[in-house]
Amino acid sequence: MDLLAFAKGPALAWSIAVFVFGVVWRLVGIFLLRGKKDLSEPRNNASWKGLRLIVLRSWPRREFFGETAFTEVAGYVFHIGFLVALFFYLPHLLFFADISRGLIGVDFKTIFGVGWPYLPGGVIFFLSAISVAALLAVLVHRLINPVKRLISNFDDYFSWFVTITPIVTGMLAYAHLGAPYQTLLAIHILSVELLLIWFPFGKLMHAFTIFAVRGATGMAFERKGATL
Amino acid sequence: MTPHPTLGDLLTQRGISRRAFLKFCAAVTSLMALPPDMAPAIAQALAKATRPSVIWLSFQECTGCTESLTRSVSPTLEALILDMISLDYHHTLQAASGTAAEEAREHAMKEASGKYLLLVDGSIPTKDGGVYGTWAGESFHDILSDAVKGAAAVVAIGTCAAFGGIPKANPNPTGAVAVSDLVKGKPVINVPGCPPIAVVMTGVLAHYLAFGTIPELDPLGRPKAFYGETIHDRCYRRPFYDQGKFAKTFDDEGARNGWCLYELGCKGPTTYNSCATIKWNAGTSFPIQSGHGCLGCSEPDFWDKGSFYQALPTGDWGSAKTIGIAAAAGAAIGAAAAYSARKRQERSMKGG
Repeated sequence: MDLLAFAKGPALAWSIAVFVFGVVWRLVGIFLLRGKKDLSEPRNNASWKGLRLIVLRSWPRREFFGETAFTEVAGYVFHIGFLVALFFYLPHLLFFADISRGLIGVDFKTIFGVGWPYLPGGVIFFLSAISVAALLAVLVHRLINPVKRLISNFDDYFSWFVTITPIVTGMLAYAHLGAPYQTLLAIHILSVELLLIWFPFGKLMHAFTIFAVRGATGMAFERKGATL
Repeated sequence: MTPHPTLGDLLTQRGISRRAFLKFCAAVTSLMALPPDMAPAIAQALAKATRPSVIWLSFQECTGCTESLTRSVSPTLEALILDMISLDYHHTLQAASGTAAEEAREHAMKEASGKYLLLVDGSIPTKDGGVYGTWAGESFHDILSDAVKGAAAVVAIGTCAAFGGIPKANPNPTGAVAVSDLVKGKPVINVPGCPPIAVVMTGVLAHYLAFGTIPELDPLGRPKAFYGETIHDRCYRRPFYDQGKFAKTFDDEGARNGWCLYELGCKGPTTYNSCATIKWNAGTSFPIQSGHGCLGCSEPDFWDKGSFYQALPTGDWGSAKTIGIAAAAGAAIGAAAAYSARKRQERSMKGG
């Protein structure tokens, strides 16, 4: 079995199984926790209105903008580039469609009733390059900012590493740089598998929890009468 | 005529003009990605070369490799060059048969010991003492071992000889192996393909005749000159891949417009060969140009790498059952963790 066959075979099956296992473990573990009982008198009974925080926290507050602008902008640039490359690059879509057919019997694209668009490889390459630049920028910022450096741990740096590696290896595979294409493709797939395995157990899990956490926080704030 | 005529002498006798010969040398130089100024050197070396003895052994194969070689456009200069080698043993092409044929092989091996080129097509069965392939009661394995001893170099022609090919495909009932799995201590050149392109075979021979050495090889033992780039990289449909234009079926508008066949399972991106540049039938076409995706036949284990019509990005990601078990196990452990946390919380509240 060559490296590519290993990456597309057993390594892929195991990493997806670990990913699903870990994500479900974390989500069930978190959602079945009992929240602390708030014994104080509610200042606002319509605490559901706090769900606004899910949206409000998606851009910086004006008074903090000067300090957080860099992180916010770089974060958006990275996330948009990453997600577009992930969901609008044809080889990725074919992979998702294959899994979709295996799990639910139909190609996920047909569920929406309209065609799922994909972008030319050159566009994806460009967006990936922007994402890599944004990730490098936030790493430098993390290293030179004393507060961020102080609160950073292994999880932060390793999560950064397993995030940037698939993008860089994907770009190398696309450009056929440094090694035969099969090797580059195998390394790219293996790097994605590393990401999948680490995902549930590190801070990358925020992808599944961020909006629920914002909602819960917003509802708690609303109950306390805090300004969102 | 001298007892050991050179290729130059023989080509002159066959009426091949100097111009045609130089044209062939220039083509070989170009194909092997050598500097243009090497063409005269190749011409000079080839003209002076004497006919090397070549023994061609056919094992677990379908004769497709020989068909490719002989059914290249006839007559070609490449075919004549092949005539110019002393092909002392070849099942399909030789007139002799039976004991006489085997005697001819043994005679050639003795006469040209240490100098002959050994060309092998087909894999070699090794299971159960190699009984699944024999000539005159002798196993392929033994015949190969015997023939290799006096060979100057070994050329594995076709994917079966180079990597085991179809006989080695799962479940490999005969224990088929590649030539390089058995031959140690001698240079082995792999010329895979199912079949290989005729000019690739003759190009490798021309290189050996001209320089007396084997060409530069890639990690899989293939000449880099012919297997240095993927079919995808040199495919005339590549611009459509870059533009995101793909045929979805073999008879849709995309297919009629000649768009990329990636979604239809083309293995061009992972296949190293010269099909897209040299092409077949005197440069007429190659599979992708004819509307079908590349099968990846010059790569190891191409038969076992999933369907020819399954797009490359698809992989063996498991099954719905495996994913379900993983999710159920995750849910069970998550619930146990939450239960444990609740208990701790209760104890803490009681204690507080």
